[in-house]
Amino acid sequence: MTHAKEASTTPRGTAISIRDVGMEFSRRGQSVTALDGVSLDIAAGTFCSVLGPSGCGKSTLLSLISGLARPTRGEVRVGGRPLAGPYHDVGIVFQSDVLLPWMTILDNILLPARVKKQDMGAARARGLRLLENVGLIDFRDHYPSELSGGMRQRASICRALLTEPSVLLMDEPFGALDALTREKMQLDLNRIWAEDAKTVMFITHDIEEAVALADQVIVMGPRPGKVIRRYEIDFAQPRTLGIRREPRFQDIVDDIRNVFHSAGVL
Amino acid sequence: MKAATLGTVLPPLAALLVLVALWQASTDVFAIPDYILPSPLAIAEAVVANWPLLLKQSWATFVESMLGFGLGIVVGIPLAVLIACSPAAEKTFYPLLVASQSVPKVALAPIFVVWFGFGLLPKVLIAFSIAFFPVVVNTVVGLQRTPPDMIRLMRALGSSPLETFWRVRIPMASPFIFAGIKISSAFAVVGAIVGEFIAAEQGLGYLQLVANNNLQIPLLFACLLMLSVLGAVIYYLVVLVERLILPAPLRALQNGEPGQ
Repeated sequence: MTHAKEASTTPRGTAISIRDVGMEFSRRGQSVTALDGVSLDIAAGTFCSVLGPSGCGKSTLLSLISGLARPTRGEVRVGGRPLAGPYHDVGIVFQSDVLLPWMTILDNILLPARVKKQDMGAARARGLRLLENVGLIDFRDHYPSELSGGMRQRASICRALLTEPSVLLMDEPFGALDALTREKMQLDLNRIWAEDAKTVMFITHDIEEAVALADQVIVMGPRPGKVIRRYEIDFAQPRTLGIRREPRFQDIVDDIRNVFHSAGVL
Repeated sequence: MKAATLGTVLPPLAALLVLVALWQASTDVFAIPDYILPSPLAIAEAVVANWPLLLKQSWATFVESMLGFGLGIVVGIPLAVLIACSPAAEKTFYPLLVASQSVPKVALAPIFVVWFGFGLLPKVLIAFSIAFFPVVVNTVVGLQRTPPDMIRLMRALGSSPLETFWRVRIPMASPFIFAGIKISSAFAVVGAIVGEFIAAEQGLGYLQLVANNNLQIPLLFACLLMLSVLGAVIYYLVVLVERLILPAPLRALQNGEPGQ
């Protein structure tokens, strides 16, 4: 493989560092291993996709990085500090937009500032800028139910970016959208990210989506979840729709498919 | 009145008028005596003739219903919050609460009279015992229906469980809470009337019994009419409060329109 080399394990300026992390749950009295011996380093400013089948623990991984859950083994560091719980420097986008239905789009986006008791004037200015950037400025006084699924997810991305976190975690954010909206959202996300390079961890089970967006693709295998392959995707950022037609793009996608096949997923 | 409202009000109103006209005609044509089925006109006459009495007794029933109903809300919502927030409380109280519903509350009425006498209290308690269950069940369901990701989002933002409760879970549950309150509002009137049937010195249920004993059947029907008006008044009071409290998107959520 010339185009998809193994990721270096010790990049400079590491934003997220995961060391030999294991996670076990007990479900109906039985112990379930969700993650087993996962180690990852994500350099600051990298767009990292985590790709895997359902049940491979990728959402668990995201919970650990967000500080919402603690690993049963190993250590998670963000910005060099070991995590002890939820922290401020992170924005999260879930598969469902989880906008509050009784608040206008603008109020929804300002929610993080309100909960964190930040200066609302400054937050409002930032929120309006974000809405302008994603083309939702005319919908700021609308309720979520008046917007399409794609627009709502766009708003939830704005909400995650409001407090200008250095880490953005996305858990299958486009999983519930139709194919066309999905591609548009991928382009928009890539553009927003390229403007202001945050460290992004993007969870998906869509191979092409992972490759089209990310600098680094982490492939996870199922039960117990562990990293089975890493790819560096060296197409220039920001990406265009055109890269999907390039033979190199297809080669990487095919290679990942083969990896899944030999792991017994496909 | 807007054309749309007129369109929704007019057809049922017309149907009602036709029905009343048929009723009037059949009592006339078949010469049905008043003590079996009074004609609408006879009932109207009874309403006019007994208006001050009907108003006074309606007020008594209204007060009993509202006190029982209010007590149902004041006790029901905190209990539901406890059940929804504490798995231990859910395990302990919820099965008991559901099982207690197999006891017909109406059958409690004679016991309440024995314990609390002929006054206001037994009626309020019977109304309460019927009204409080729908509030509890609907509030519990509403509080448990908060999408888990919404709670995770709030936690990630550093919100405490209490703050998440006020900011997210209560508003998300409010359409369900109001649905329960609406059901209770109708149940409370039933409870009050049953209490009056057993033993009372006032109220529409009491007046019905008196009218029944005196074979004043038109007055009996007049009481029925007042009871329906009473039920409707209480129901629409709740709707009014809901309109004042709940923002439009949450009301739409209750009506089953897609919100999330």
